[in-house]
Amino acid sequence: MTTVTVIYTALFYAAMLLFVLGVGRKIFIYARTPQPLKIPITPAPTTKAGVWVRMAREVVLFESLFKASKWTWLFGWIFHLSLLLAFFRHLRYALSPESFLWPLVNLELVQTAGKYGGYAMLLGLLGLLARRIFVDRVRYISSPSDFLMLILLMAIAGSGLMMTFISHTDIVALKAFTLGLFYFDPQPLPASLFLLVHLGLVALLLIIFPFSKLLHAPGLFFSPTRNQVDNPREQRWTRGWTAENTDTPKPG
Amino acid sequence: MANFETPPLTEFMEVPPVIPGTMEHSSPYIAKPEIQAPLAYPGQLVENWEQKAVFKLGELVKSNRALQVFLDTCVKCGACTDKCHYYLGTSDPKNMPVARQDLLRSVYRRYYTLAGKLFPKLVGARDMTKSVLDEWYSYFHQCSQCRRCSVYCPYGIDTAEVSMAAREIMDSVGQGQKYCNEIIGKVFKIGNNLGLPEPALVNTLEGLEEDVKEATGVDVKFPVDVKGADVLLITPSADFFAEPHIDGLIGYAKVFHQAGISWTLSSYASEAANFSMFIGSRHNLKKQAMRIREAALELGVKRIVVGECGHAWRVAYSFWNTLVGPFDFLDRNYPVPQHICEFTYDLIQKDALRFDKEANDDKVVTFHDSCNVARASRMGNMPGGQFVIPRAVIKASVNKFVDMAPDTIGEATFCCGGGGGLLTDDLLELRVKGSLPRMQALKQVVDEHGVTHVAAICAICKAQFSKILPYYKFPMDMIQSVHGLVSNAIRLDRKEI
Repeated sequence: MTTVTVIYTALFYAAMLLFVLGVGRKIFIYARTPQPLKIPITPAPTTKAGVWVRMAREVVLFESLFKASKWTWLFGWIFHLSLLLAFFRHLRYALSPESFLWPLVNLELVQTAGKYGGYAMLLGLLGLLARRIFVDRVRYISSPSDFLMLILLMAIAGSGLMMTFISHTDIVALKAFTLGLFYFDPQPLPASLFLLVHLGLVALLLIIFPFSKLLHAPGLFFSPTRNQVDNPREQRWTRGWTAENTDTPKPG
Repeated sequence: MANFETPPLTEFMEVPPVIPGTMEHSSPYIAKPEIQAPLAYPGQLVENWEQKAVFKLGELVKSNRALQVFLDTCVKCGACTDKCHYYLGTSDPKNMPVARQDLLRSVYRRYYTLAGKLFPKLVGARDMTKSVLDEWYSYFHQCSQCRRCSVYCPYGIDTAEVSMAAREIMDSVGQGQKYCNEIIGKVFKIGNNLGLPEPALVNTLEGLEEDVKEATGVDVKFPVDVKGADVLLITPSADFFAEPHIDGLIGYAKVFHQAGISWTLSSYASEAANFSMFIGSRHNLKKQAMRIREAALELGVKRIVVGECGHAWRVAYSFWNTLVGPFDFLDRNYPVPQHICEFTYDLIQKDALRFDKEANDDKVVTFHDSCNVARASRMGNMPGGQFVIPRAVIKASVNKFVDMAPDTIGEATFCCGGGGGLLTDDLLELRVKGSLPRMQALKQVVDEHGVTHVAAICAICKAQFSKILPYYKFPMDMIQSVHGLVSNAIRLDRKEI
């Protein structure tokens, strides 16, 4: 067992733990915090099913962002879509061939899309970075962390592309390492520079996720302006402080 | 005259460049102790206000999911940066919604997030200081809580919620805004924003009866405190005296008359407006709303109808049932509450009203969607009814109607510039500049379609338009009440039974 393997094994357990506990904690807080009043942005759906549709359009199509800014939407949507494609491609390192998902993951289409998705991801991120630098309004609202986040994602995408197209890594050994993590049976990590960079940055991303604006991912689902049904007249809504002290004057 | 320049109206609305600090001098008068007292707020900045403000922020975040989620999830994508009328009219970057939220978010990060505690500079976190408070006071009174930014935010972050929270925090440490808080005090003491006592109200309404009789020869009644009436009308008190509001009130009375439905005003709850929403004050919001429940019970009415008022309709439609419901003592065959436009629209649908549209043939009319009606409420039983129904009422009353550009109406409507508790002369520069996008859209239909009048269903919009139209070289009386148009055209030929 090399030092590198020990360090990365420990790093990944720590990162996963922080990620799961940190994001879990936030989701718990969002779910627990009451929304005392009805505040959907109208026109809003008047049924629960309608809210599901509205939410799906936001999550899948980024509908509101599309209304707001076509460039930001384009780059943002490309980035997120390629992130999804890359995720599917990477499943082959985490699934054993016996898994019922394997035939799907192993599809030529999934693998190729994921492979070139890396370029799309970089393109999307570059577009977002360019907006942050060249649009005076967006530059004004950007903190150092906003730039660093884009650079981190670009470094992850870049190091991944390097392994795909320039300097291949030993993916059989890598897969053994990943599966070893899942089975609590540590296996040696192939020590290629790009792989170490790639994995190190991914671990960093997992660690900062619960403490950063990456919380937009779970947060969206809890946003009352988007997930509330527009029916305050039909159905009385009380939560938190509006559910306390309900003694109102009665008829008679 | 004011010491600022009215922005020029150009061919197209352009997004202006960022010019920091153009509006940092804009700040409303601070409430004196005697104005704070009736609202149960400290009279002046309390000791240790920094800690108390931070503590209050924590309390609000813990008890309001919207605030919790909105403060965490912004990714600074910039989608909202060109959506606020105050930014478009002033170029001040702190009037970009995300930058306005960040005034508060930076403090939240510093005290309530790990990243802000450890690396404040990196994530833009700030200590709560006097200069931060001053900035809050200035820029959270440059938000009309119109929710336009939230339409475009990929996470639905609503700056109105953030600005309400900031105002509540400032009030709770003793720094309130004179305009709003003085008005709320008047409601508690007298029953309405204007401080119009019952005898004056009765007198005004009698005068209106005479005026209508003289103009039409018909006995249209303006009843007050009539027990057992079918409908309690809750309307903004501006309807009792301001122009063009009062024409709207006359219109409601004519509709009730023609429909043969008995109605009454209440001298106790003679106000639909609820400025406690603007300052984010929970207990005052509920206390104000409770007066309406009490009046409805006292008078024994069957229905509640709400007059033309934007934020009041939001409070009535979205919050009344929550705050002071359930309304199971009212007739559930009708929506509770019902908007006057819904009421009139229903009668039109039933063919119960007839109009001589020619009475409005001197006008080419457009409609200004008020923000709180457009983005925070509904009319009728389908989403977007709040856009269809007022237009249908107008079209029933006038022959010539034209809409403004699609990206300036409906859910994308621009604020009049005076909403959210900013309708005060100490914020006149902000109000004039903030109305630029609306004026721009208006100019376009004036030039292209010869529009002569703009109708609205909000007391604040109407007062704001009357004030700022002349700055943009439009006639002051261009602004109309929707029910003022109804009033001109409705036939008063009901057979007395």
